[in-house]
Amino acid sequence: MPEKFDALIIGGGPAGISAALTLRHRNKSVALISNPPDTTNLWKAKDVGNYPGIDGAGPAIESAMLKQLADSGTETIDGRALSVVPLGKSFGVAVGGDFYEGRTVIMTVGITRESAYPGENEFLGRGVSYCATCDGMLYKGRTVAVVGSGKEVENDVKFLASIGCEVLRFDGFGKAEIRGGDKADTLIYNGEEYKVDCVFILKDTISVTKLVPGLEYKDGGVVVDKQMATNIPGVFAAGDCTGRPYQIAKSVGEGNLAALSASEYLEELN
Amino acid sequence: MAVMHLTKDNFDSITSAGLVLVDFWATWCGPCRMQAPILEELDEKLGSKVKVCKLDVDDVPSVAERFGVSSIPTLIAFRDGEVLNKRVGVTGLIELEAMLG
Repeated sequence: MPEKFDALIIGGGPAGISAALTLRHRNKSVALISNPPDTTNLWKAKDVGNYPGIDGAGPAIESAMLKQLADSGTETIDGRALSVVPLGKSFGVAVGGDFYEGRTVIMTVGITRESAYPGENEFLGRGVSYCATCDGMLYKGRTVAVVGSGKEVENDVKFLASIGCEVLRFDGFGKAEIRGGDKADTLIYNGEEYKVDCVFILKDTISVTKLVPGLEYKDGGVVVDKQMATNIPGVFAAGDCTGRPYQIAKSVGEGNLAALSASEYLEELN
Repeated sequence: MAVMHLTKDNFDSITSAGLVLVDFWATWCGPCRMQAPILEELDEKLGSKVKVCKLDVDDVPSVAERFGVSSIPTLIAFRDGEVLNKRVGVTGLIELEAMLG
């Protein structure tokens, strides 16, 4: 059984890092789960200009924050969170083949794709999957489609190829539709039809409502109160995932508030 | 009662009567490990009314195929041999209880 953390933070952008620093300041044990920093939207920002204290491009700001994170005593976990499940008084977060337990969860996943391709929701679990290492073995030696791009996706493609799959690659920027009978059997991508046994949709971040079943989401953001608490006790959210405006200063502020709320919640639990 | 491991030989007999919950899992599946403690909790809570079971799909692929298991974990609730409910993905305690009616 993994060690239980006071807080599990999902997403290593400014909101997540701010939350981690504040929680560490309150002497709480923290694990931060994140994809590599170059997958954040911030990394693409050429010149920010309005972030107080650090003047520069996105990567410079993120790097400065990461440096502080590295010195904070936060446990950093590289990977994509796959699901968040209530475990009685705490939460389990699955990351690849491992899982971590935390008394609170802070969602700082950034902007996520909440809309699904036609057929995606209908066939989820029946020929549509978000995790190649989880479900790949069930399609050993078969023809599968991988929709998505990036370094993590390359690892998944290698894995699928290693178990004998014929992997059809799609970058994920086109139009996709999934069709089938009992199970999905066809992917229509940019008008072309492909017969496949499974469609792995491997975008960087899983839709926040699929990641945390039951989480209230409205008008482009996770619904939070002024203390950054969501509708699920023990789960907080901060940053771009709570909606517009998409600004670093807002993310950092919300991360701080979420951490303080989580801290209070933990103190009340004891 | 404890969480029971099902095999090709006992699957039909165990699921044929009463309320049974089967977790279709595999050793190589990360999220499945999150499901295990939840099943233990369910067994502690409702073990006298429900048979809580696990089936390793690598051990018995034929049964997994029979029920169209194409994503792991998949949880299927049976009542007297008939499929009552099916859920794909790690499922929390409250949803498991809801599945069992």
